[in-house]
Amino acid sequence: MKEFFLGRLNMHALPHEWFSVGGTAGFMGLFILAAIILTRTKRWKWLWNDWLTSVDPKKIGIMYFIVGAFMLVRGGVDAIMIWLQQALSSGSSHGYLTADHFQQIFTAHGNIMVFFVAMAFIFGLINYIVPLQIGARDLASPFMNTLGFWLYIGGVVMVNMFFAFGGEYAATGWLAASPLSSIQFSPGVGVDYWIWSLQISGIGTTLGAINFIMTILKMRAPGMSLWKMPLFTWGSLCSMIMAVIVFPLLTATLFLMFFDRSFGTHFFTTTGGGDPMMYTNLIWMWGHPEVYILMLPAFGVFSEVVTTFSRKSIASYTSNVLGMIGVTLFALSVWLHHFFTMGASADVNAFFGVMTLFIAIPTSVLVFTWIATMRKGRIRYDTPMLWFLGFIATFTIGGIAGLILAVPPADFQLHNSLFLVAHFHSMVIGGVLFGIFAGLNFWFPKFTGFRLNDKIGRYSFYCWITGFCLSFIPMYILGLMGATRRLDHYDGATGWQPLYISMFIGGLVIATGVALQFAQILASYLQKYRLRDETGDPWDGRTLEWAVASRPPYYNFTVIPEVTTRDAFMAMKSAGTVKTVYEDIIIPKNTAAGIYIAIFAFFAGFGFVWHIMWLAFVSIIGAIVVFIIRGFHDDSEYTLTAAEVEKLEKARIAKAKLAVPGKYDHTDEDMGLQQLIGISYTFLIDIVKNKRWRTW
Amino acid sequence: MVKEHVLSHKELHEEAADDRVMFGFWIYLMTDLLIFSVLFATYSVLHTRTLGGAPGSALFSRPLALTETLILLTSSFTCGIGMIMARQRKQAQTLVWFGLTFILGLAFLSLELREFSAFIHEGHTLQTNAFLSSFFVLVGTHGLHITSGLLWMGITLGYIVKRGLNAPLVRKLAMLSLFWHFLDIVWIFIFTIVYMGAYT
Repeated sequence: MKEFFLGRLNMHALPHEWFSVGGTAGFMGLFILAAIILTRTKRWKWLWNDWLTSVDPKKIGIMYFIVGAFMLVRGGVDAIMIWLQQALSSGSSHGYLTADHFQQIFTAHGNIMVFFVAMAFIFGLINYIVPLQIGARDLASPFMNTLGFWLYIGGVVMVNMFFAFGGEYAATGWLAASPLSSIQFSPGVGVDYWIWSLQISGIGTTLGAINFIMTILKMRAPGMSLWKMPLFTWGSLCSMIMAVIVFPLLTATLFLMFFDRSFGTHFFTTTGGGDPMMYTNLIWMWGHPEVYILMLPAFGVFSEVVTTFSRKSIASYTSNVLGMIGVTLFALSVWLHHFFTMGASADVNAFFGVMTLFIAIPTSVLVFTWIATMRKGRIRYDTPMLWFLGFIATFTIGGIAGLILAVPPADFQLHNSLFLVAHFHSMVIGGVLFGIFAGLNFWFPKFTGFRLNDKIGRYSFYCWITGFCLSFIPMYILGLMGATRRLDHYDGATGWQPLYISMFIGGLVIATGVALQFAQILASYLQKYRLRDETGDPWDGRTLEWAVASRPPYYNFTVIPEVTTRDAFMAMKSAGTVKTVYEDIIIPKNTAAGIYIAIFAFFAGFGFVWHIMWLAFVSIIGAIVVFIIRGFHDDSEYTLTAAEVEKLEKARIAKAKLAVPGKYDHTDEDMGLQQLIGISYTFLIDIVKNKRWRTW
Repeated sequence: MVKEHVLSHKELHEEAADDRVMFGFWIYLMTDLLIFSVLFATYSVLHTRTLGGAPGSALFSRPLALTETLILLTSSFTCGIGMIMARQRKQAQTLVWFGLTFILGLAFLSLELREFSAFIHEGHTLQTNAFLSSFFVLVGTHGLHITSGLLWMGITLGYIVKRGLNAPLVRKLAMLSLFWHFLDIVWIFIFTIVYMGAYT
């Protein structure tokens, strides 16, 4: 009976190790703090109506960013813990972590960084910017967008659930290497948490990708042919097409693994005729394109940044677009290079090795178009441009390392070594993450109405690039010296410890860089009057997102622009044809259906993890019922008349004129770090002295 | 004058929305097809791995598979006629033809379930060997799709009775019929690869 109601869940599952107790307490503390603040400021209703149930892609984009930033810290703590263990655990010292705990941490680190940080930021950027760039007022299906976002949140909660229930996460590497991940060798719930966090958020990604393809292909402003589309939109389109192709493979593979673990089937097992190597094949068929799904929108960001800050249009638009399309096509035919050593025939290995070398061609075309764009440009070195320059260096180094790995005989030596780990971190940090940060600095004025502090932004960049070199150059060297990845202990005689210590120090420098990014946002907020963007076009931008106010109204465009050329907004500015006429606008209503479906999906996953089948089935039925109710609900839009739009626009302009300088806006330049620390110190002293905390 | 403008604006908006939704539904069908492609791939890798158990040729009944195929193909036909009726806004005929489709779908599903339960009774279960795992999951996933199609059809027909055959419901029927034809195509492959393939 107890088993029926609770499945595998029992008292032992509650947190009892220091890290899970600490994690649980930390998360609970944060939630309670947030709840207190919301209650004290009477903001619950505001949160629910203005944010959580919103279908505005701009708000959903911001929410992706907030959760992504939170998870970046979470995954970053994992990284520091890994590096600290490795720096300590040499020779007779065994560090501070058990081998099992160490394995869980590197698994969680990989999952969180790829799925819940990089994907979140990329989806955040696409949500906010793509509709603005193509001159659309909304997405093709606003409901699917909010559903995708909330399913992603379901995955985020699931990946952190092991803190609260069952102090264990998968200890199998970020792609749950088979047969290690089978029920025979991993009997705990860790792998099940892994399956369901990926499954739930992955379905959200598929929905999101379908939605963006619909939006980009069907909702562009009149006159914007595919060959006039901004490059970030192109990158997003390529990325989303790839997502639509490979995420279903992930969904199917995870279901098969779920069946293996929960219902005793024999797909990937070592017994009963199953084939663990088939799992490796299937998961990498998704896994390799996945990194390009992250990379392509970042390429798009760099194209926007380098053209704007070189004050030129892109060197060869056609080559750039063809480069991105080439990457998309090739990316689907290289997955086998992840397991050259698995024993496919030499011919198969050779084919995939050559395909992997080929993919360097469209990628270098992209790099050359960016460099050629800078040539003879009047370059401004604002923070976004710095991130771009950092990217060119790290990405080129990482890319060349990738070419070495692509040659099967070399790969037999380097497979599973730290050289490989250094390679893909160069691509994902130097490529994707730097792209996201460039985009964040570039579009922040659009998100908030004020631009980011330039000074602290630079400090942050310098910390990141220094920390990156301190960490990953030793990692390449260690890999060549023979250090394999995922070591929780090594012999002192190897002489590796100094390099591992350098990696740890690099990690701390990167962590400082992250802290400085939060400081940068805080400092910019304090000076938001001085940094405000009145024109909506702070960088002399080229594409349509700069044609609207910062922040844009929720209907984006009062009048849908007519596009005649690439860099449409630049052309409008020089021709003086930016106009304002008001018209009726049809707007989707807010909906909470996405939240309810995601909650049900979460509980279904939770039920399957703990074998609480009644909960799983009730939740699935619940999700289906909500979906049906929503599907047959026809009244999901309302019309804003031209008169109302005019009123709103005038009110917005009047309000912008009323903005007054804040306490810290009187200096002539961006606030420095010293001043920020001073202000924070005074603020804290004020709270303590005046006992302001007592009223809370 | 003003009101007329609002209407045409709204109508244009809805027409464009219809077009987008149909396009999006096509993309969704392609993603579903990729899920089936994984299942077909696993089946073709694993179908010989019976570990001494009965192979497909000893288990499957060709007349049963043919009957299932004919039923499903007929249901696709009735579904097509129903869609023509729906586009002409003939409510009664739409209900009749889709009702027929529903009954044929139900018949298909019950035959499939009888086949499954017979196998399980004879001791050929999901856990027996890799061949049966991949068989049950591939054919079962198709069956699950048929089930959700039937659920969708039942509810849509209920709404047609309740609200009358309006434009949003015709759109839903159009998507449903796409879905139904899609499942038919997938079944053709199952029939060929699984049921006929077992005898090669």
